[in-house]
Amino acid sequence: MKEGSSLPDSGLEWLDADGPLADIVLSTRVRLARNLSEHRFALRSDEAERQAIFDEIRVAAEQTPSLGKGTVLSMRRLPAPTRKLLLERHLVSKELIGESGGEPPSHSGLLLAPDDSLGVMVNEEDHMRLQSLVSGFRLREAWRRVDELDGEIGSRVRYAYHPEFGYLTSCPTNVGTGLRASVLVHLPALVLTQEITKVLQGISQVGLTFRGLYGEGSEVVGNFFQISNQTTLGKTEEDLIDHLQKIVQQVVQYEKQARTVLLRDARTVIEDKVWRAYGLLRYARSISFEETMNLLSGVRLGLGLKLLPGVRVYTLNQIMIFTQAAHLEKLAGNSLSAADADTYRASYIRRLLEGEDAVVDSDIPNE
Amino acid sequence: MADKGVTPCNNCGKNDAVIQLTHVENNEMRVLHLCEACAAERGVETESHQVSAPLVDFLAQIGKGVGEGVTSGRCPSCGMTATQLRQNGRLGCEVCYKHFDEHLRGLLRRLHGATKHVGKIVLPADANENDRVARVLSLRRSLQRAVEAEDFEHAASIRDELRNLDEAN
Repeated sequence: MKEGSSLPDSGLEWLDADGPLADIVLSTRVRLARNLSEHRFALRSDEAERQAIFDEIRVAAEQTPSLGKGTVLSMRRLPAPTRKLLLERHLVSKELIGESGGEPPSHSGLLLAPDDSLGVMVNEEDHMRLQSLVSGFRLREAWRRVDELDGEIGSRVRYAYHPEFGYLTSCPTNVGTGLRASVLVHLPALVLTQEITKVLQGISQVGLTFRGLYGEGSEVVGNFFQISNQTTLGKTEEDLIDHLQKIVQQVVQYEKQARTVLLRDARTVIEDKVWRAYGLLRYARSISFEETMNLLSGVRLGLGLKLLPGVRVYTLNQIMIFTQAAHLEKLAGNSLSAADADTYRASYIRRLLEGEDAVVDSDIPNE
Repeated sequence: MADKGVTPCNNCGKNDAVIQLTHVENNEMRVLHLCEACAAERGVETESHQVSAPLVDFLAQIGKGVGEGVTSGRCPSCGMTATQLRQNGRLGCEVCYKHFDEHLRGLLRRLHGATKHVGKIVLPADANENDRVARVLSLRRSLQRAVEAEDFEHAASIRDELRNLDEAN
């Protein structure tokens, strides 16, 4: 594996809107929490032990087919803006880059496969967080990939394991399979029809949980919800995945029904909402990230309802990622004040929607 | 483990043995009958020794929460205490899971509704017999599942691995 000092360019595989139900389900993630046997967990390990853990994992990863040709990113050696880019791409957690602007945990890092949809966070809450991130609604595929990586690494080290409890983790909420599967869904119609509370209550009654866009403790923005399994012990990985698959399918079905109801009962209102959202994004001269996300939600709904021809889901995903603070600064090539960032963000969005950028359809939608 | 019989102590031969100590030496299991003094020398606490300092124990319990009595004391591997465990909600090492077993079992049941892992098991590099048995069990579960789901390709690859494990034995 080669040592990396910047974000690999390949990193946007999951933004491709080719996944099934791409307008409703944005991405799918499956992660496995694993610890090395005979090493203390994060809470009790000292510098020397953390170093030893990092080295042992790195050596094992070097030999795996999945990660051997990948990149090693040592968190403390990365410049702060690069760390933030990784967070904004959902490749690392808030904890791994150092909470509230602090230093990242010592000897923490990210081992990234060449196509970057597969990686291992090292020395986060657990020694290893193996994860697979794919676009669209593809739980089985994400599971298969991370399962394979788990086998590759697990046959080269000895995981902390208990004959009854299974794989041991720092937090008892992850013990057993160590598996957390989550699906990022966009549910604007359920929010508009105020059915969302009922749906979310239902989700928690069937052993699932939901979070905002950036994982645990994050707020819900732009009507995006991450739905994931709550329990990790007492069921097989396949059962946990299948259960989540079934429930998310149902939620998607509810969202579709709510969309039908909206179109039937309030077509003019919805059309107006969608076109206003598009108009603001298309012509605004200064815009915050939060407003961008809310408007994107309206435009995305418009695409799903086929009210906005000529705009592609890919473009919306691109706007969503590249208008975040760290990405915007990378595009600008320098740091930006809040006001400058809002101006720069607006002009970037205009450019994408105008079709100056080669990847965007140049058609301006007509009614 | 206290033996109230009149067996003389295997170590000093003078006092009556009050404790039976089972230990393994040169791959042989041996049972020793020891008197209180000789047991204490080997670091084994007898019941009577424990009651001999009730006040100390009592003072040590002050300020501790209910239900902690069972799992009091530090994890022998990482030094984590029950209080720290409660404060952080995180364990310090794999040995904590054994040390705080009683406390955790209830917690795991509340969190997950179960305590038994039935998912996959990876065969480690230095696999021993236990690892192989566990792997075979988890593979059989997957095989059954793959057959039920009519995923015959996957089923075939599981069968291959089961066969390889069999040959390795």
